[in-house]
Amino acid sequence: MSTLQIDNLSASVGKEQILNNLNFTLPKGEVHAIMGPNGSGKSTLSKVLAGHPDYQVTGGNASMDGTELLGLNPDEIARLGLFLAFQYPVEVPGVSIANFIRAAIKSRLPEGENIKAVEFYKELYLKMDGLGMDRSFTSRSMNEGFSGGEKKRCEILQMSMLNPKYCILDETDSGLDIDALRVVSEGINQMKNPDRGILVITHYQRLLDYIVPDKVHVMWEGRIVRSGDKTLALELEDKGYDWIKEEVAAA
Amino acid sequence: MIKPSNIEIDREKGNFHYPTSKYAFDAGVGLSEDVVKYISGVKNEQDWILDFRLKAHSIFEKKPMPTHWASRDLENIDFDVIRYYLAQGQQPSRTWDEVPDDIKKTFERLGIPEQERKFLAGVEAQFDSEAAYSRMKEDLEKEGVIFVGSTEGLRDYPEIFKKWFGKVIPTSDNKFSALNSAVFSGGSFIYVPPGVKLAQPLQAYFRINAENFGQFERTLIIADEGSEITYMEGCTAPKFETSTLHSAVVELVALKGAKIQYITVQNWSNNVFNLVTKRAMAEEEAEVRWIDCNIGSRLTMKYPGVILKGRKARGEVLSIALANDGQHQDTGAKMVHAASETTSNVIAKSVSIGQGRSSYRGLVQIPGHLEHCKNNTECDALLINSDSQTDTYPAIAIQGNENSVQHEASVSKVSAEQIFYMQQRGLNQAEAMSLYVNGFVNDLIREFPMEYSVELKRLIDLEMEGSVG
Repeated sequence: MSTLQIDNLSASVGKEQILNNLNFTLPKGEVHAIMGPNGSGKSTLSKVLAGHPDYQVTGGNASMDGTELLGLNPDEIARLGLFLAFQYPVEVPGVSIANFIRAAIKSRLPEGENIKAVEFYKELYLKMDGLGMDRSFTSRSMNEGFSGGEKKRCEILQMSMLNPKYCILDETDSGLDIDALRVVSEGINQMKNPDRGILVITHYQRLLDYIVPDKVHVMWEGRIVRSGDKTLALELEDKGYDWIKEEVAAA
Repeated sequence: MIKPSNIEIDREKGNFHYPTSKYAFDAGVGLSEDVVKYISGVKNEQDWILDFRLKAHSIFEKKPMPTHWASRDLENIDFDVIRYYLAQGQQPSRTWDEVPDDIKKTFERLGIPEQERKFLAGVEAQFDSEAAYSRMKEDLEKEGVIFVGSTEGLRDYPEIFKKWFGKVIPTSDNKFSALNSAVFSGGSFIYVPPGVKLAQPLQAYFRINAENFGQFERTLIIADEGSEITYMEGCTAPKFETSTLHSAVVELVALKGAKIQYITVQNWSNNVFNLVTKRAMAEEEAEVRWIDCNIGSRLTMKYPGVILKGRKARGEVLSIALANDGQHQDTGAKMVHAASETTSNVIAKSVSIGQGRSSYRGLVQIPGHLEHCKNNTECDALLINSDSQTDTYPAIAIQGNENSVQHEASVSKVSAEQIFYMQQRGLNQAEAMSLYVNGFVNDLIREFPMEYSVELKRLIDLEMEGSVG
């Protein structure tokens, strides 16, 4: 029951079928990586799980700790405990980081209950320190004018403040220089715990130097075509994706 | 994809109505010279005021509706079914205990006595045509500050108020300033003596209670040399099936070095035509700032202005408008530079929701003989739905090489990706939209004094920034 469980999931956007009978299980306490070439459906998987309205589920199931996710609104899925760190975080002009996170936390509280401001800021500042974010950042508008690294740190900051049960990190390494990559990875590693499952979606192996996965899955043509331990990532780094594509074609 | 009803804006706060005992004074239905004479009569006015009213009435009758440039919805106002004066008496109470119960209950529900206790230097609470309550802190009285209604102001302090009454906004300025000049009742008359700086704001609250009613308050604020005042007005009405008319005239006079800040939170119900003329005159080195927030009414037409008459005078309009289904917020600003080294700043933000429409009309005049004048105008519109509307009519007349003007305008929409992003963090669609709208107007909201969150809180999620460290 304590899993993010995906069975025979198929989904399309417009007329294009992107996910094809995808099966995948992420138990709590583990870190999994999904790798794959561009266009294999990695980001689509994350959006479908998060309930993005542009994607139509055409078959299968996806559940989180036994609760069916498909058909729920994105905010319901989020409040159940699924966090998606975006590949391209979106700007929300005029809304400060602090107010944005406060609103997100408040959405999880019972009606009438309020956030204790002092404790909130204490926690926020502590986590920002850990991510090497200047405290003045709290008053900056959400993602507006942020560098790539700042955007990704801000995603990790939100993730750690919202205390999700399952985290999906979509290409979090893209646009990061090596220093930022290290800091962001440390932030993710600190999120590891026995009550949380983490799914890292990435194109490149280099992120996995910092976040060591329990399992690596390779995605191609909308499904998982191979799974293995962390050495699979190194093999992909070494040989590229073509051999996987050939294997799939042969089968 | 986003339904207008998803947006949480507390427009219902004023939508209640307690049965009111019979009005002791009632001018009847429709407008005529007799109605004008009746109003003047119950107020025991001097002859010059009655003459002023009668002249205004004839100007009102002659002036056409400005539908050649403004909304044709104005044609739906039926002046013959409106009641122009309703009051239980002309003398406001000085304590809330003396206010008749039904009226007191209304203002208590709106939170006015509570606000007064917390942070106001004085309050005037107008119920239909007359103030039911008016009080200012005693120490301000000792300093010579005058804060009374228009009837009292003209009667008891003619030497102060007559000089400026109708001078910043002439009766013939427009059809509705003429109407107000004919039937005005209530509003605030304020005089702040030289050098007196009010630490706390004065507030007026305008409540329309009766159906088919017209409220025509008249406000005149004179800030003498080097003085400072912040004045705040709020307004609500219950929602009736029939239309209600609110047509005020507000004149501000800032003498040399004086500062006036005038804040409006307009939350009329959606059956109110809100047609208001507001203008200030700023002498040398004086500053006038209009902060204007319009979230209510069926049609609002309001363009607060500043005539920058003295050297180095400064004028500012900060304006927020929200137009939902069945609403048209036609707002803007007028900056008339009439002296060198004057500066003006206009920042207007509008949000159109559902089939709501917001229009910005701006006028900036800097004649060629002036030097070193500056104007900055920014107007930003946010459209929430695909059938929301916005339009902008800037009129900028700048001459002379030594003057500068800057005008920026933008129209934006909330994208589906922005909504999805906020939803992924746990906010439902309505909360996401509210947060987005709050972000859009946030830099203007910061300009509102903290205390006014009483009115704005439901609309705006207040910045907690910096309050803990």
